[in-house]
Amino acid sequence: MHQPQTVQEEKEVQSSAPAARLGRAIVLTSGKGGVGKTTTTANLGTALANRGARVVLVDADVGLRNLDIVLGLESRVKHHLLDVLEERVSLDEALVPGKHSESLFLLAAAQSREKDDVETAKMKALISSLRERFDYVLIDCPAGIELGFRNAVAGADEAIVICTPEVAAVRDVDRVVGLLGNRFRPQLVINRLRPNLVKKGKMLSVEDVNAILRLPLLGVIADEPEIIVTTNRGEPLALRKDTPTGAAYHAIAARVAGEDVPAPMPAPAKVTILERVGSLFGGKRA
Amino acid sequence: MIEFLKKLFGQSGSSATAKERLRLVLMTDHLELAPELIEAMKRDLVDVISRHVEVDRDKIEVNFERQDSALAMLANIPILSVNRPNPSLTLVPVPEPVASVQPPVAANGAPPNAAPPRVRKRRKRTSKKAAGTNAAPASATPASAAAN
Ligand SMILES: Nc1ncnc2c1ncn2[C@@H]1O[C@H](COP(=O)(O)OP(=O)(O)OP(=O)(O)O)[C@@H](O)[C@H]1O
Ligand SMILES: [Mg+2]
Repeated sequence: MHQPQTVQEEKEVQSSAPAARLGRAIVLTSGKGGVGKTTTTANLGTALANRGARVVLVDADVGLRNLDIVLGLESRVKHHLLDVLEERVSLDEALVPGKHSESLFLLAAAQSREKDDVETAKMKALISSLRERFDYVLIDCPAGIELGFRNAVAGADEAIVICTPEVAAVRDVDRVVGLLGNRFRPQLVINRLRPNLVKKGKMLSVEDVNAILRLPLLGVIADEPEIIVTTNRGEPLALRKDTPTGAAYHAIAARVAGEDVPAPMPAPAKVTILERVGSLFGGKRA
Repeated sequence: MIEFLKKLFGQSGSSATAKERLRLVLMTDHLELAPELIEAMKRDLVDVISRHVEVDRDKIEVNFERQDSALAMLANIPILSVNRPNPSLTLVPVPEPVASVQPPVAANGAPPNAAPPRVRKRRKRTSKKAAGTNAAPASATPASAAAN
């Protein structure tokens, strides 16, 4: 809302990489907690790696390590971000290879440390060196707009903001986008949309949200019970391209990579007449 | 029954409420985050008003208040003195305020053939109305007759 409607689409994608062919460092952020930054990072990373790109996922949520769990890598993490920043181990020692892809790596957060322990300048330098080795550096940002946010954003040159169709989430994204300014050319992923509720006028629609945020829309992910299951198993849903939500993550990856493919919209489930009549008498208003 | 129909046609949504709340909360947020914008508005307001009255620039207060479905800007601008009405200002198209404060002057002061006919008509009507509210029919009637 602060900035003029950004119309830079995917075109700048390839040209933005300077001559040295540095990878792209993209921070996934939201302001509000629990809206799906970590889930989106894991799935987008999986989908990008599946396309053959070299991808590293950096868990910048120091103190609240999550990304390893979502990727099913928690038992393989031996070193973490701060070990590298404080030069106790080399980058190679700290990078954890993914389970399902040879081109996906994780740099885990330190669980027993605090966000203030990270030095912004060192974080910046680390992301720079990762960009020399990977096509994509995806940074999973902690909630909030304090130091943890600033450190996560420091080395990034692009941002993907995650928003759920809720008043508080939209408000926080608006704030974060204001803080990011134009440098990061933020793009939007709307997460946990429930098309049936939207249809009934009980949930903000994609159009409602983006009438306010006015950001280039990368994609929309449905509120998907399977995500709970896949997170339990440590196998991101993007591994299953045949599911609608898995396919939606792949479409986002393709769009991030600069392909001109449409963003699929979650479709409302068909409601039978019987269910409809039932809800007339039993259902509560939202 | 209306609730039932609303349900049937799917318009009972809380999303409209959400949209409305969001719109207002973001306006407030953006104002809060832009104190320089408020200062600029204050300055411009004072500049405009100072053309007509002398105001106490140091005591101006500007607040924003939620009023149902709108955000209102409330300005408290103490007036120190009121300038003498400036004839060059009162003669241009919207003369009502002056006319209602001093109906006889306005009626007599405007030479009938100098003002365009449309303006004359309006002036006549306002002076009558003002005369009525001032409860001075005896002096007002000849005045408006003179204008004709
Ligand atoms: N599309 C979705 N459908 C259903 N559940 C989801 C979806 N996206 C995320 N979740 C669930 O919501 C919860 C929060 O997700 P996640 O941890 O990715 O959010 P986050 O923004 O990283 O949170 P935090 O701010 O705490 O880091 C998790 O339990 C996750 O499984
Ligand atoms: Mg997280």
